Amino acid sequence: MDARLSVKFNKVSLEYPNGVRAVRRLDCEIRKGERVAIIGPSGAGKTSLLRILATALRPSSGTIGVLDTDPWRLDRGNLRRLRSRIGMVHQAPPIPPRQRVVTAVLAGRLGQWPAWRSLASLVYPMDIAGAERMLARMEIADKLFERCDQLSGGQLQRVGVARVLYQRPDLILTDEPVSAVDPALSDRVVGELNREAIERGVTLVASLHAVDLALHRFPRVIGVRAGEIVFDLPPVRVSDGMLAELYASESRTVPTQDNQTLETVPAGVRRRPMFS
Amino acid sequence: MNSIPRLRDPAAAPRLLLAVCIVALLWPGFSLTEFDPAALFDERGRATIVKFVGTFFPLETSPDFLGLVLKSTFETLAIATAGMAFAILIGWPLALVVTRSLSISRIGPGPGLMPGRLVRMPARFALMFFRSIPEIVWALLFVRAVGLGPAAGVLAIGVTYGGMLGKVYSEILESNDTRPATALLEAGGGRIAAFCYGMWPVALPELVSYSVYRWECAVRASVIMGFVGAGGLGLQMELSMRMLNGGEVSTILLTFLLLVVLADGVSALLRKVTG
Amino acid sequence: MRGAHWAVVAGLVAATWASFAYLALDLGQLLTLEAQAQMWKYVVSFFPPDFSAGHLSRIGQGTLETIAISAIGTALAAVLGLLLALPAAGRFGVVPRAMARLLLNFLRSIPELVWAALMVIAAGLGPFAGTLALAWHTTGVIGRLFAETLENAPAAPAGALRLSGSPASLAFLYGTMPNVVPQLIAYTLYRWEINIRMAAILGVVGAGGLGQMLYFSLSLFQQPQAMTVILAMLALVVIVDGASAWLRQRLVH
Repeated sequence: MDARLSVKFNKVSLEYPNGVRAVRRLDCEIRKGERVAIIGPSGAGKTSLLRILATALRPSSGTIGVLDTDPWRLDRGNLRRLRSRIGMVHQAPPIPPRQRVVTAVLAGRLGQWPAWRSLASLVYPMDIAGAERMLARMEIADKLFERCDQLSGGQLQRVGVARVLYQRPDLILTDEPVSAVDPALSDRVVGELNREAIERGVTLVASLHAVDLALHRFPRVIGVRAGEIVFDLPPVRVSDGMLAELYASESRTVPTQDNQTLETVPAGVRRRPMFS
Repeated sequence: MNSIPRLRDPAAAPRLLLAVCIVALLWPGFSLTEFDPAALFDERGRATIVKFVGTFFPLETSPDFLGLVLKSTFETLAIATAGMAFAILIGWPLALVVTRSLSISRIGPGPGLMPGRLVRMPARFALMFFRSIPEIVWALLFVRAVGLGPAAGVLAIGVTYGGMLGKVYSEILESNDTRPATALLEAGGGRIAAFCYGMWPVALPELVSYSVYRWECAVRASVIMGFVGAGGLGLQMELSMRMLNGGEVSTILLTFLLLVVLADGVSALLRKVTG
Repeated sequence: MRGAHWAVVAGLVAATWASFAYLALDLGQLLTLEAQAQMWKYVVSFFPPDFSAGHLSRIGQGTLETIAISAIGTALAAVLGLLLALPAAGRFGVVPRAMARLLLNFLRSIPELVWAALMVIAAGLGPFAGTLALAWHTTGVIGRLFAETLENAPAAPAGALRLSGSPASLAFLYGTMPNVVPQLIAYTLYRWEINIRMAAILGVVGAGGLGQMLYFSLSLFQQPQAMTVILAMLALVVIVDGASAWLRQRLVH
């Protein structure tokens, strides 16, 4: 596979055991350092797509390449090493409620640390400063030693993002990273993920419910419906009509962060500057 | 936002303290218990174990021995059943005495209040005393009082379980609706009458179910008590162990496990029929 | 249904009668004046209990030994139980799961006292045998409880960690353990409470602690000394009951 590619899908299909076909013969390439937003109505297959990228699900047919390798041809050790280079921000952060924030963030590097370091970190956090830096980027550095069940939903979600930032992966995947965060903050979180991707030149693939966020923050937007790609364009070329069609099955309005109607100009969506 | 980085974990000191405390408490335990796994593997010990464990299989199945085991099994069941009969004889009257809602002196204005308490207190104390001493200690004592054999086991179960039954019976009676009984007492009925017509019908299923459960426990307990000489399967197991006859021990163990399963089944059945 | 009830009652009466007959218990003999006088003499011989300083210090030693047996036995069982609970919760596949469950059931089905008698043969008389006996039986009990806890623990946190390249063992420690540790500690403390009571009596088959003192005193016909041991056992049970009730109340609020 081309070394400049981060992700390559070749006629990928995914069928769940219950017969639902979540992804249908999908072809897609994402270059290294690209930042891509995936939008579409719920049930369109966004999460399935991300879980295939994260090597959590094996496609029923077709081949995938992630970070220059086919994950399903690797042995266990190499698959583990590949996975340590992929960071996934989950929709609901899967963090034990009784774990402390610092431990939850440091857990991002379990795949890279030697075992002794991971074990020692259970007794005494081995990189408190590193964890704090990532939390500071999420504006929750003061929660460093709190227990996760003391946090609000939005704070917890930001801990999940901080964990992935701390992991320093080559491919960042985010599945609705800001569903529990208020609009101003979600803008900031998505901005921070973008900054990370730009600074380190790594790839960012985000599935987003809020279309305006996708259009404002990402140079490439992929619209997905019923497991197929409907459009794959830079945001300036995504028209109102395309969006309306994409979400036709769901409701009459296109979902945004604060449920306000999308501001558009005739040529397309008005873009805000990259870093507001 | 420019807080000075706190690079120390505030939980470190408490955690260290807790760990030190646990170690400091457990450490003397190892010497107090003469903890020495090597003792299991020294020359003589190993020889004994290997010889003993080696004889666990095959099971001892000679007709003579099986007959003996069967006899002991019946004895164990009989000890448990007779012991429960004793326990009910002891626990029942005491339960009636300590149940407050059956107290006549409680309801009426009259001189009976103090004497009522004076009777209840020692009854409560007796119940507590009976059940607080473990059945195997009672067995040990009765073996010395009435001699080796099943009688000691029956008495031990009777006393210990009498104490438990008395307490739980009275709790069951109290927890049910006590108004019918109180009404009968206020209408001038006697304690027994109040119990028979006011409480018995409501509480019966629960009382039976608990008694059956206790019988199940008594079966297990009567095996155990054999170890101190109170007859039954336990006595046989003790003898076989003394002779380091592994085949016999494993046969008896298997019988014991079957007996427990059987008792469990019988008790489930009884509770279903009566419940 | 009425008929069934009477059948059960008749059956119970018959079973009780048969039991007394089978055991050939001569209850009449227990009620004779002579037997009663003898019994009374035996009871009286326990009083007054021996409260001499030397005996009390030996009882203190025996009590400490009893608590140590229960603590070390329970701690060992917690470690072994967790090790067996991992396969028993199905983390290494179906066959290890069945094997581990079989082993746990076996350990649990054999009562502590039978284990103690076996361990006295293996490790010799003394508290070490009692410790091992408690450890085996408690491993069976605790292992099953632990396995259930592990099976009910949410899978997502450890799954997410494995997805980011963490080895399975570390994902378990970081993702699963924080969720289950409080429950594991609660189970262990609960069993410890039961084991203190058990450790007090295991000694009657020679496995150390207060029970062994009681057995020796009774065998040497030193009833006053035996009475003090019984009082110590009672005190231990009452204190443990009170302490656990107090702790529970505090933890609830």
